[in-house]
Amino acid sequence: MASLSNSPTDASLQTPLDGALHRPRSLADLFFSFTWLALQGFGGVLVVAQQELVERKKWLTPEKFVEDWAVAQIMPGPNVVNLAMMFGARYFGWRGSIAAMSGLILAPLILILLLVTVYSQWSHLALVQGTLRGMGAVAAGLIMAAALKLLPALGHNPMRLWTSALIMLSTLFLIVVLHWPLVWVLALIGSASMAGAWHRLKQLASDQQASANRNKK
Amino acid sequence: MTPLSLDVWSILLLTLQYLMLSLLTVGGPVTTIADQHRYLVREQGWITDTQFSASIALSQAAPGPNVIYVALLGWHVGINASQALLLPAWTSQVVAVAMALLCLVSILLPSGLLTYHATRWAQHHQHLRIVKAFKTGMAPLVIALLFSSGWLLAAAHSPLQDHLALWALTAGVTLISWRTKLHILWLIAAGGLLGAMGWV
Repeated sequence: MASLSNSPTDASLQTPLDGALHRPRSLADLFFSFTWLALQGFGGVLVVAQQELVERKKWLTPEKFVEDWAVAQIMPGPNVVNLAMMFGARYFGWRGSIAAMSGLILAPLILILLLVTVYSQWSHLALVQGTLRGMGAVAAGLIMAAALKLLPALGHNPMRLWTSALIMLSTLFLIVVLHWPLVWVLALIGSASMAGAWHRLKQLASDQQASANRNKK
Repeated sequence: MTPLSLDVWSILLLTLQYLMLSLLTVGGPVTTIADQHRYLVREQGWITDTQFSASIALSQAAPGPNVIYVALLGWHVGINASQALLLPAWTSQVVAVAMALLCLVSILLPSGLLTYHATRWAQHHQHLRIVKAFKTGMAPLVIALLFSSGWLLAAAHSPLQDHLALWALTAGVTLISWRTKLHILWLIAAGGLLGAMGWV
């Protein structure tokens, strides 16, 4: 991986994107900035990441942030970890990736391990069990809400709505009712869905071409 | 529950499971909650339903990226395993922390390597139809995975008729978090309070 940071594409990525933008001074700067960001992120890290990286540090323009975020979401792995890795790599290659990622993870990890140790000492108490049960029910609701908030995005998806609905329902059925392992669900539904999307995009492209030709005549 | 026996083979099995899961976490680590529940609770029985829900709830209440809950699941696997072997308290803690780190590193490493290299590749080929088909095709799947994770977490309190208040709380939070901009911390605090008072 070290050789990558010397490749020409990397050199172009390492130049500042815009004269007005700042950039992380060092690996330590990167590490501590992401530690600070992580420690503020209760639940929604996206909001904090946007505030810190775009508004306070001015390390990214809003446009670049949205672009990076979209890519970070599509790749496997936690979105915000992906974002940190992509950002770190842009300035310091793979060492930057590791600095940003460990900054994001390390302090919250130590904190949560302390928390769970304390919790387990008292976990037999009805009060503690009740608290966690209530918080668990809230967590389930928060995840449901996140899914509901994403639903309208399917309206802008090039695929037809009924295709998207069919994909969603069959995924839900296989996981919730039949308890299929995720790997099989992704292999079956994922590949079918991607093939469908490929076909649809091709169709849309040729429709567009056809109407462009008609307009010429 | 049948705790993990701390032999090389079982630990390898757990590691492989997380290494594989890492590459399947499209749309964030929350989408694989349902699958981890299937593996850790239903199939292997390494942790209990209560421990599973507690891990998710604790990680939501603490700062940092959501993926931290994987460390808590690993921690519980380790604690159960060492308690079954009647290890002393300190040794149990060390084992639990080691398992937490093992699970977290395993779920981060493959996806990290893939993302690092693939983002470079995709940046140069963003107009290819295969790149667009991937983004388009994965969208409905990712949303469905979120729904199923939320559902399985709520269904930890089954059957419905015995836990009406809990289901109502989940439904209420779904609605509030969906329709309003109320900070997540208020909702978690309210849930904790309701639970502590014994109302849900």
